[in-house]
Amino acid sequence: MEYIIEMLNIRKEFPGIVANDNITLQVKPGEIHALLGENGAGKSTLMSVLFGLYKPEAGEIRVRGKRVNITDPNVANALGIGMVHQHFKLVHNFTVTENIILGQEPTERGRINIKKAAKDIKKLSETYGLEVDPYAIIEDITVGMQQRVEILKMLYRNAEILIFDEPTAALTPQEIAELMEIMRRLVEEGKSIILITHKLKEIKEVADRCTIIRRGKYIDTVDVATTSEEKLASLMVGREVSFKVEKDKAKPRENVLRISDLVVRDSRGLKAVDGLNLEINAGEILGIAGVDGNGQTELLEAISGLRKVEEGKIELLGKDITNMHVRNRTETGIGHIPQDRHKHGLVLDFKLSENLILQTYYKEPYSKNGLLNDAAINEKAQELIDEFDVRSGQGINTMTRAMSGGNQQKAIIAREVDRSPALLIAGQPTRGLDVGAIEFIHKKLIEERDKGRAVLLVSLELDEIMNVSDRIAVIFEGKIVGIVEAEKATERQLGLMMAGSTHDKEEGDM
Amino acid sequence: MLKFITDEKNQRFIVPLVSVFLGFIAGAIIMMITGINPIEGYRALIKGVVGNPRRFGEWIVASTPLILSGLAIAFGLRTGVFNIGVEGQLIAGSFAAAAVGILIELPRFIHLPMVMLAAAIAGALWGLIPGFLKAKFKVHEVVVGIMLNYTALHLVNYAIKILPGSTNTKTVDIFESANLSSKFLSSITKHSRLHWGFIIAFLGALIFWYIIERTTFGYELRSVGFNPHASEYAGMKVERNIVYSMMISGAFAGLAGAMISVGTFNYARVIGGFEGYGLDGIAVALLGNNGGLGILISGFLFGALKAGSSAMALAKVPKEIAEIIMAFIVLFAAMNYGIKRLILYLRKEEK
Amino acid sequence: MDFMQFISIIIPLMLTSAAPIISSSIGGLFSERSGVFNIGLEGLMMVGAFTAATVTVLVESSLGPISPWIGMLAGIITGGLFSVIHAYVSINLRADQVISGTAINLLGAGLTIYLCEIIFNQQRTVAFMNGIKKDDIPVLSDIPLLGNLLFKKVHITSYMIILIAILVWYIVYKTPFGLRLRAVGEHPGAADSMGINVYKMRYIGVILSGMFAGLGGGIMVLTQDIQYTYATIHGTGFIALAALIFGKWHPLGVVGAGIFFGFSQALGIIAYQIPFLAELPQEFFWAFPYVLTVIALVAFSGKSVGPRAAGKPYEKGER
Repeated sequence: MEYIIEMLNIRKEFPGIVANDNITLQVKPGEIHALLGENGAGKSTLMSVLFGLYKPEAGEIRVRGKRVNITDPNVANALGIGMVHQHFKLVHNFTVTENIILGQEPTERGRINIKKAAKDIKKLSETYGLEVDPYAIIEDITVGMQQRVEILKMLYRNAEILIFDEPTAALTPQEIAELMEIMRRLVEEGKSIILITHKLKEIKEVADRCTIIRRGKYIDTVDVATTSEEKLASLMVGREVSFKVEKDKAKPRENVLRISDLVVRDSRGLKAVDGLNLEINAGEILGIAGVDGNGQTELLEAISGLRKVEEGKIELLGKDITNMHVRNRTETGIGHIPQDRHKHGLVLDFKLSENLILQTYYKEPYSKNGLLNDAAINEKAQELIDEFDVRSGQGINTMTRAMSGGNQQKAIIAREVDRSPALLIAGQPTRGLDVGAIEFIHKKLIEERDKGRAVLLVSLELDEIMNVSDRIAVIFEGKIVGIVEAEKATERQLGLMMAGSTHDKEEGDM
Repeated sequence: MLKFITDEKNQRFIVPLVSVFLGFIAGAIIMMITGINPIEGYRALIKGVVGNPRRFGEWIVASTPLILSGLAIAFGLRTGVFNIGVEGQLIAGSFAAAAVGILIELPRFIHLPMVMLAAAIAGALWGLIPGFLKAKFKVHEVVVGIMLNYTALHLVNYAIKILPGSTNTKTVDIFESANLSSKFLSSITKHSRLHWGFIIAFLGALIFWYIIERTTFGYELRSVGFNPHASEYAGMKVERNIVYSMMISGAFAGLAGAMISVGTFNYARVIGGFEGYGLDGIAVALLGNNGGLGILISGFLFGALKAGSSAMALAKVPKEIAEIIMAFIVLFAAMNYGIKRLILYLRKEEK
Repeated sequence: MDFMQFISIIIPLMLTSAAPIISSSIGGLFSERSGVFNIGLEGLMMVGAFTAATVTVLVESSLGPISPWIGMLAGIITGGLFSVIHAYVSINLRADQVISGTAINLLGAGLTIYLCEIIFNQQRTVAFMNGIKKDDIPVLSDIPLLGNLLFKKVHITSYMIILIAILVWYIVYKTPFGLRLRAVGEHPGAADSMGINVYKMRYIGVILSGMFAGLGGGIMVLTQDIQYTYATIHGTGFIALAALIFGKWHPLGVVGAGIFFGFSQALGIIAYQIPFLAELPQEFFWAFPYVLTVIALVAFSGKSVGPRAAGKPYEKGER
């Protein structure tokens, strides 16, 4: 048996687009096979086809050489295919054991035998080095442990082929290292793995072979060991990409934002930002590097006024804005590209024109004597979509929900930049976008910097932080543990700081 | 014809029309199963609505509170709250109008506006409670609304009995200066109870449309309704807007209540249970696509059902058939996803 | 009336009032635990009560004293059948569950009276002779003191429903079915990925809610009324909804909440016999449980304990 899984010439259409166009993926038993592609290239669709969530229009699937018809996830499970989802599918108020046995509960006279199940799980977790507490409640355990539960769910069902969908997105560097270790261990124990990702480094580190798809089309399958990262990147994007952002040296000027001893609590009441100090100047981009969940979200929300400040002080252009209402902050000079553009950035059921005046609707000329002035609104909207090349089906009258992610983000940026705010906050501005849109957004951020604005960039992608920022502040457990010049920063150094070792300590270690 | 039905642009009114059509079909099936000739039934219904001037007048009378309670529900839905408490707000408004109409006597041009204002304020205040609890404590407005409906029912029944001159079932008549009745309207409709309330319903629909579509305030309310997070991000006061939405919705409901006490009856009545104007309002709003004009049309449609059902009783069709048809229309309107799928299917067939 | 007398009068009344509340509330529990709001409990209770009364009337001449039990069974069945409408509309067609439930309430109210007109030529059913009678519970009523207070001259249905609630607790928390039901209501995507048929579980949840609401309606009309009228249920379905929230979606909590609401209703009934309460208007007692629920909701606020996915339609393949 040469291949354990073969997906041959798969075609899947959705109204208006071909998500998978003649894609072939062949996985050998006992290998880690990476599936590489940009956001929106069709990776998830392909895996959903394999998992029985979508029915393909053409092509065939073979498992262990036999042609199969996977109609729903149960069939996939029965064939030994298991998926570790990017967004964990765990019931938050169930125990680890309950989550794992769900659907295959061992019973004794009709009653779930939870003790036996917990014992089995303990044994399984020891075999594969996946440490978990069978009786812990999901919402009380770390993201890393939740992921181990997801993996155990598959192993409990004797899955032979494990699909990992963007598994490192929410993990700390140590957890990523552990996961890589776990994946190697699984392969040693005879499992086969499909790793879906757009992160080249992970592929280089752990994968044996890699299949690349681009815009729904099959590009190539390569041996990872003999292919360079640059080569993988150009296969993924379809042209030479440097990922290096063109920019001149920053010319920082006066101070714009000053944060002192800031304390902010998260939704669960815990101190997410805990004694944070930070300064940003006009004419520079300050990047905040850190692993997700170290207080970035709460920091941005505190600056923009969406979350209450417990202690400390935030000053903008010398004015104390610590307890100011959102709107007054906006008017004092904040532009905010929020992390979650669907939740905070846009009213998806509004027309594009209505979204473009979301921050200014109450001002003249858009509002006169309490009435909306459509002529002025439409004129402004048209001006913005022309300037920022926002593309949509029906121009300013398009329902925002119907627009692509990249164009939605462009609309937000147009709206926020247009007010010429002294401080521009950008929270993960390129998340989920394709390379073209990413480049456009990076260019815009640098343009704003060159116009003399202070730009605060938060991103979970370390490459983005290193390429776009002038200075990098590393956040860990709600504190800035060090600030470095971007030009001099190394990935290793930042990685250590992100894991909590401060600058000094690191030097001490050496 | 098929093309017209499947065209995307026409969906806004095709879906409601299909719901109404299916609702009447379902009513016909129920009648058939229970041994009644549906054609006879519906003929009686039509006669019951436009058979003579008096019936026509009663149709308008029945439609007036429905339009206003439809506007109340729709205002909530457009701004992100499900005001199921319309029933209670309507009862509160109905009582307030009657109380002001009984306890004081003033010239009509002051008294009548005062009565309307009292009804609107009472409804708004009864709407304020779930609005405030939702904004401040994140308590679901549907559950609070239902509880407050029953609270209003019982408290108002009590309050009616302690008004001077009330019997155990109703208050005394409202001063003439405070009621909406009109000898002129009554006489041209052969002694129906037709009153000036329909003008208030029309004005209500106009105001509704104006606030929602034209004002900056309406833009803000819609924004909060669609996405409170983004609205907060844009500097809107989300909690305050939720309270405003519920209060304005409640004011429409209060006015609907006034239509009943100072319009239809001329006194306030002790009621044993809900008369269902709030639930009917859901039907009216749903079918009217939550728009001012749509609600006027659907209000008159449901008004026809209500007014005509008593005539159906003469044709030996139990008048509850009207309620059944309404329930089916609500059900079908709620199914609009299914209806859209059906239309999509037709569109495919067409190709 | 002294205290003991008060207690001995109010306890049987309380148990009688509580039984339909608990039953329908258990119904609501099944539905909401599976992820479907069921605001239509009131309408389902009407359907159950109407059927129970009608069947009792129709069979009692030939079957005698067992007819109310046949009637109750019929109420359970029609309640279950009727709830299929809600299940189909909110599960398959992904309609707004509150609106669908509202339609069920409208339909329940309209259809039952309509059928009374068709069957009995009046706005209500004919009165039945054989309701469920108050009785002493064998053995238990012989317990000194306690037996007298709790088990003499009571409706056996009240104790039946409490036992059923305990059984429901076992099913929901100890069996695979219960685990799956709760999983579907909390995170249908997770359940789906584990091979659980979300639609099927939700159908079961909604249909069980219809059956229990039907039973609640049947108990109500057969213990508290002599016939079915438009006012028989008078908001008990909504009180059941409140009891569900009050009882924190837990079967035993629901029993406690049901008994509490039963107590406040019983108090309304006998208040006129109690010197200092007699001065308050009866309407205050009727409004009391509702006001109390609002207060409780505020007190519980922030601690959302309801099933997380309740009210949200589930689309298969949604990620």
